[in-house]
Amino acid sequence: MIPTQAIIKDIDVHAIRQQFPVLSRMVKNHPLVYLDNAATTQKPQVVLDALLQYYSSYNANIHRGIHSLAEEATRAYEASRDTVQEFIHAESREEILFTKGTTEGINLVAQTWGRQHIQSGDEILISTMEHHSNIVPWHLLCLEKGAVLKVIPINEQGELELDAYENLLSTKTKIVSIVHVSNALGTINPVKKMIDMAHQAGAVVLVDGAQSSVHLDIDVQDLDCDFFAFSSHKLYGPTGIGVLYGKKNLLEAMPVYQGGGEMIKTVGFNSITFNDLPYKFEAGTPNIADTIAFKSALDFINEVGKDKIRRHENKLLHYATEKLEEIPNLKIIGKARQKVSVVSFIIGSIHPQDLGILLDNKGIAVRTGHHCAQPLMDHYGIPGTTRASFAMYNTMEEIDELIKGLQKAIKMLL
Amino acid sequence: MKTVKAIEDIESEIVEEFALFDSWDDKYEYIIDLGKKLLPLDPKFKLDENKVRGCQSSVWLVANEESGRIFYRAESDAVIVKGLISMLVRVLSGQTPEAIINARLDFIKDIGMMTHLAQTRSNGLLSMVKQMKHYALAYQFKNAGQST
Repeated sequence: MIPTQAIIKDIDVHAIRQQFPVLSRMVKNHPLVYLDNAATTQKPQVVLDALLQYYSSYNANIHRGIHSLAEEATRAYEASRDTVQEFIHAESREEILFTKGTTEGINLVAQTWGRQHIQSGDEILISTMEHHSNIVPWHLLCLEKGAVLKVIPINEQGELELDAYENLLSTKTKIVSIVHVSNALGTINPVKKMIDMAHQAGAVVLVDGAQSSVHLDIDVQDLDCDFFAFSSHKLYGPTGIGVLYGKKNLLEAMPVYQGGGEMIKTVGFNSITFNDLPYKFEAGTPNIADTIAFKSALDFINEVGKDKIRRHENKLLHYATEKLEEIPNLKIIGKARQKVSVVSFIIGSIHPQDLGILLDNKGIAVRTGHHCAQPLMDHYGIPGTTRASFAMYNTMEEIDELIKGLQKAIKMLL
Repeated sequence: MKTVKAIEDIESEIVEEFALFDSWDDKYEYIIDLGKKLLPLDPKFKLDENKVRGCQSSVWLVANEESGRIFYRAESDAVIVKGLISMLVRVLSGQTPEAIINARLDFIKDIGMMTHLAQTRSNGLLSMVKQMKHYALAYQFKNAGQST
């Protein structure tokens, strides 16, 4: 029998690059080297086509229209929900709620499930490596309810300390809201095990999948998470559209989030009945065009193959890590054993902003700063890092350009 | 007391200096050099209240008034920003509040920095300009209050 590894052919990066129009542009007289994929990914032609096609041939408001355009738009919009359901292996389509993005998904849970279940003295568990979007909604809820925010510590490599996590879990813990993959470090957290531990303590679990959904195979049933939030724009899809998965029984019992059209069944001035799932949580005209184009992005990923993409990205990560480590005084922040294709680093006393500006002068886009994870930067005692994050369309040559750009910048700055 | 050049004249000098450089590599080398030469700010001024908001790096800016003119001192933990500060201080320090408030600072555009640097808020160039003008406004108000 042929081992699975062997039959996974390498992806044709150059053919893939042809699908992304923006990659052929020049920046500051240099070919663009886009290494800021953890912030947002570029969009393939099929996604751009889907947007244009919607607006140019069947733009209509969905669900209640009786005419052909409304019918076509509704079908396309709901087809996206089916594709998302398959993409994360949810049990039913009613469990897929469309949101603006990961941030809105987390806020939705905090404002509905959270306000219903969290009481004074209860504990909410997050970790040191959370993005601000998975800190602030819970902080606000704690302020409102008199609840306590507890934080799972990390070790020097940037991995969660599971013993400490176990000790933090108690009957007071009502929800664990944890990032699947750290945007600043690239660490893949052992969420399946953590979910199991939380459930044993009687807590529900929200997984912030903003970074993981593009790199890892997501099976919400296998993970057994209660909520899973992610964004389209980090999956080669449009901005302004995201998904909140929730277990059906939880979603059904939750109070509504926003009021308006679509989320109701009947409206009187004195009594209102709410719509069924998922529409109960989708008030108002949704982001139809971007939702439809999101399906094209997911189809594109499926067509290329997530396993092939992962293999390619891992190669890029290893090559970049190896090359970066050759640079004197360069320290990689986040050396977890399980990582996605994100590499964060500092070089001596050089400010990341200086590096970012000089790399941009060579057409190289990286992210510099605290990566919306200030508590994590405080943990390392640094103001921020320079972060390169890779996607399916990045090449080894681009990593060479990054290294060359860094060497030149270091020479100028020191 | 030495005479103070007009803001436009100092701006012209900077534009002429930058005209000598062919590439942005050279321009950055120059800005970095200015940054490295900027006198450090006394640590006692490195307080949160003196921080310029809207910069990815930490920028501290203090101002004082002497004989109707405003003098700035500033520092940052990033070198390129220090170079930018150095240019802004060179242009605006020692000027009257009125001149500072009305300064168009066209040199930022003329040396090409508008397209290269100023378009992103994270480098803080525009925040620094705003903060310097705020100081000038504050002193102008203060002086107007005293004279009535």
